[in-house]
Amino acid sequence: MEALDGNAIGGLLHEVFGTEMTAATATCACCGATGPVALFTVFLRAPGTVARCRACSAVLIVIVRAKGMNCVDLSGIARLDRLDAA
Amino acid sequence: MAGTAVRRRLTWQVADVAAVCDETATVRTIELQTPDWAGHRAGQHVDVRLTAEDGYTAERSYSIASAPGEPVAITVQRLANGEVSPYLTSELRAGDELEMRGPIGGYFVWDGDDATRPLLLAAGGSGIVPFRSILRHRARSGAVVPVRLLYSVRSLADVIYRGELDQYTGSVSVTYALTRQAPPGWTGHRGRVDAPLLADVAWPVSREPVAYVCGPTAFVETVAEGLVRIGYPPDRVKTERFGGPGGS
Repeated sequence: MEALDGNAIGGLLHEVFGTEMTAATATCACCGATGPVALFTVFLRAPGTVARCRACSAVLIVIVRAKGMNCVDLSGIARLDRLDAA
Repeated sequence: MAGTAVRRRLTWQVADVAAVCDETATVRTIELQTPDWAGHRAGQHVDVRLTAEDGYTAERSYSIASAPGEPVAITVQRLANGEVSPYLTSELRAGDELEMRGPIGGYFVWDGDDATRPLLLAAGGSGIVPFRSILRHRARSGAVVPVRLLYSVRSLADVIYRGELDQYTGSVSVTYALTRQAPPGWTGHRGRVDAPLLADVAWPVSREPVAYVCGPTAFVETVAEGLVRIGYPPDRVKTERFGGPGGS
């Protein structure tokens, strides 16, 4: 399966976080790499949606949709900032 | 609009198809009328959802092809084994309804508020779509920032928005790389984008350009790495990967 990037889950992340997240800055809990969510390596049907760190490939986010709910695992992310947020 | 953090729920809405327009043999632009549209930024996309009679749904993302201030339009390439694109490019008619949500994205956007940085736009195939929005936004807003568009496409017959792109002159230059087939007498680039072509087309780093690269994953990787190699700061190379034809 071909890898996309964080832009591809802009809609899903907006659904989960309630706001635009692709321009947010994330820090990988594994290697410490920091960069925009848009740069995540993303697999849409892994199964579920999986975002990995572009630097070290560690799993950052897993989102599985079941019975109308999104089950969200963010344990791969050490820090998530929206610099433009008030 | 840049930098504002408007908290707005992203909800599915039903848009009316106002018009469809075939761009190439496999690519169609769909103009939408959306009753509840907050406006969009150049480079953003929408999610489209199709629902089958048995309730099965399929979602895809499509870049917005129209400028901010224009009605929303998307341009869709038909993928041979696609679940969604064959319907959108072959079945959908003006007057039909389409379920969508958006606008989406805040990274791969160009607002035109940094007029000092020349723009390099690099498109692979239907990666040209968000650049139509950016180029139209530039023209409509009266921006004078110079633009170089590098467009990698199989053949001239596969060029999307050919008529519109041909009208750009002067401070917008368009360079094609024809990867499969070139007409007799073609003096432009043949084959995939390579380092010499990139070095030729890309703005010198000293001009402090900003680059946007959109296309199939492999194209984006090649071009983005190539730009960084010739000195572009990685954070001035914005990328959007949409997978390759047949990838979904």
